[in-house]
Amino acid sequence: MSEYVLEMTDVCKSFPGVKALDHAQLRLRPGKVHALMGENGAGKSTLMKCMFGIYKMDEGQIKIDGQPVTIHDPMDALHKGIAMVHQELQPIPARTVGENIFLGRYPMKKFGPVSVVDHAKMYADTAELLKKVRMNFDPKQKVGELSVSQMQSVEIAKAVSANCRVLILDEPTSSLTANEVEALFRIIEDLTAENVAVVYISHKMDEILRISDEVTIMRDGKYIGTWDASELTTDKIITQMVGRELTNLYPPRNNVPGEVVFEVKDFTSINPRSFRHVNFTLRKGEILGVGGLVGAQRTELMEGLFGIRSHTSGQIFYKGKELTIDRPKAAIDQGVAMLTEDRRGSGIMGVLSVADNISISSLKKYLEHGIAINGKKVEQLVQDNVAKMNIKTPSSKTQIKSLSGGNQQKVLVGRWLANDPDVLILDEPTRGIDVGAKYEIYCIIEELAREGKSIIMISSEMSELIGMSDRIMVMCDGRVTGFIDGKDATQENIMALATQFE
Amino acid sequence: MDAKQVNSNESAFNKIKKVVTGNPIVFLLLIAAIIVGCLKDNFFSWANFGNLVSNTAVRFLIALGVSGCLITKGTDLSAGRQVGFAAVVAGILCQRGDYTGRLWKWAPEMPIGVVLIIVIVLGLCWGLINGLIVTKLHVPPFIATLGTQTIIYGISLVISDAQPIGGFQKIYTSLINGRIGNVRGFHLPYLLFVAVIFGLLFWFIYNMTCHGKYMYAIGGNEVAAEVSGVNTTNTLVRIYATAGVMYALAGYLLAAKSGGASASMGQGYELEAIAGCTIGGVSTTGGIGTVPGILVGVLVFELLKIILQFLGVNPYYNYVVQGLVIVLAVSLDIRKYIAKK
Repeated sequence: MSEYVLEMTDVCKSFPGVKALDHAQLRLRPGKVHALMGENGAGKSTLMKCMFGIYKMDEGQIKIDGQPVTIHDPMDALHKGIAMVHQELQPIPARTVGENIFLGRYPMKKFGPVSVVDHAKMYADTAELLKKVRMNFDPKQKVGELSVSQMQSVEIAKAVSANCRVLILDEPTSSLTANEVEALFRIIEDLTAENVAVVYISHKMDEILRISDEVTIMRDGKYIGTWDASELTTDKIITQMVGRELTNLYPPRNNVPGEVVFEVKDFTSINPRSFRHVNFTLRKGEILGVGGLVGAQRTELMEGLFGIRSHTSGQIFYKGKELTIDRPKAAIDQGVAMLTEDRRGSGIMGVLSVADNISISSLKKYLEHGIAINGKKVEQLVQDNVAKMNIKTPSSKTQIKSLSGGNQQKVLVGRWLANDPDVLILDEPTRGIDVGAKYEIYCIIEELAREGKSIIMISSEMSELIGMSDRIMVMCDGRVTGFIDGKDATQENIMALATQFE
Repeated sequence: MDAKQVNSNESAFNKIKKVVTGNPIVFLLLIAAIIVGCLKDNFFSWANFGNLVSNTAVRFLIALGVSGCLITKGTDLSAGRQVGFAAVVAGILCQRGDYTGRLWKWAPEMPIGVVLIIVIVLGLCWGLINGLIVTKLHVPPFIATLGTQTIIYGISLVISDAQPIGGFQKIYTSLINGRIGNVRGFHLPYLLFVAVIFGLLFWFIYNMTCHGKYMYAIGGNEVAAEVSGVNTTNTLVRIYATAGVMYALAGYLLAAKSGGASASMGQGYELEAIAGCTIGGVSTTGGIGTVPGILVGVLVFELLKIILQFLGVNPYYNYVVQGLVIVLAVSLDIRKYIAKK
């Protein structure tokens, strides 16, 4: 009998252009809480998805009770005793608690020649399970009527009902209140008392140190080490999480920030869990980095400023004049542009040509007599950008979806530059782009700042933030927790602000 | 033999092969037409040609209207009923003053030009209503236009009293059924020119104007278009409104062409128009579609009907064949995208 209930060794997983996991490992002991930590993109979720059969690993081995196994899909994982509560809960809101828990494996009874769902048994079993997770609501209640923490309990009850031996909790407390977190911890204690191994993924140091027995830290898809939680402190964890060396990946910066031109005052979302009371200023020719963990509401804030999301209060000023922004068109007309995070979802128009994609937001400029678009002017725009940013495309008529990610991103940057904006917001401008193209995009950003454009750059890569920003604004859980001068920024002081939960 | 020569020959052959395999339905029907033409005497006749042209012209106008909806991933199921509504209104207003069966006896005899304007304004209103339901009430186009088509049909029944309408002013029918030339039966119907003018106009709108570019952008990725500063609401409303105008025009022409109108006129034309667009390469996944393609699609569909007619196929089977062609065309279209994934 092995001392571990589950072992993952030498797990490798590549996505096009990215090595997400590079010989990662994880060993879980029964009845222990094992924290899995790392920066955004360190590979925690990918590793869990390999364990749960959502992804197929390229290399590596999974052993359960010392026996090598292959996990084909989530159903298979459940049969082998592995259950997972996802960060984004996916319940079916219009159905009852019982139906959600037993979805796909309803208890059946014979009714003459036909099998029907045994509702009585299902709801009785559900009541039993809810008692186990210390919840006392009606099994027949619709899941949509529950609070987020109750929904999470339903998910945990579902995991418990599968008699799981390994339970994965991915950022379970990200949307819970302090009391709800305590309730969750009590459930975890109950489970470990029954010899269940719990994998706990979280960014919250105090929680980790309090609840976990062991901590495994990952960085860039690699296994860094496993420690007993009692040996660790917050500082030690942060050092291990971010401890990569900065190499010369960034261009020298010669932009000189000038006077304050852009100002945001008391900006608050209509959603109480999102950004609130945000104040910041931006100088001419400045690159303001925005750091924070996943869920810090950085994207939401910027999309709010750009008019994609709504806000309840707050003002935006450019050169002392207040801007009214209710949709992206208004923002663009007033000199604010935003390169969105999700390139495929809200950036490219895949089936359209490079020329159509690059010109879409500045079409009015190429009109002849106010009616017809002058194709030559559009072609000139494409050629200028191709030359300036070294965009590799067979022709201006090529469908943009056939270009590489880096070239698509350059086309989108070109789309915004065609409008000559004063303030350019870049949300994860280098995500999913290979190293060479990254450097080219950094050069473009630096050049724009030098030309006097004010730039806001959201990035989840610490080194990119430090390497590119004049100043860094750090957010945590919807609030701005502090500003750090680019010269003084270290991965440690950014991480400290990014984990400053209320 | 020169090796280079062989290569260029081969690539020319490949090009032809690509065109044929890219539009299999079109080529199958052309082959069918040639075969039928050889078997039946009257198939390659000017009379048949004129017939095909004027049938295609009206359908082409409807297809142009619905194409904008399809390119933006929407649809317009009210097209056929809007055509019927316009035909009924035009028919009633164009009845002769001395016609005994005149529906609105109190109304003065109206110049047909004025009637055209009235019909088009009404069509614009229907289109605006569709556009506003889709954009402001956020009802999916399929359901929105399913609702309005029922409303429009009801109103057509009410105003026509569910009666067939005839007794048109002579100038109305003779003008619209007019033709140029009659050299050994060769003639060009006026409707052909209407179709050509609107075809060119739509080609211009789709390729040269901001509105056209915005339309393709919305079809390509509506969120990205909105984020890029495209006023997606206005663009979509304009698209549905333009569609309404095209249906109204088609209805006006159709009533005169048939010499009579009724509320059931135009029934099912929306499906024919959508089928024509799809056969002509308007992609059901949005963002793709050209005016020449739409023309080819509609033409092919009309050609199919005439072929079946000449073969003496029981008219009831026509529906079966047409339906099969639609399913086949769309499944082939989808295949292009599945293969690329």
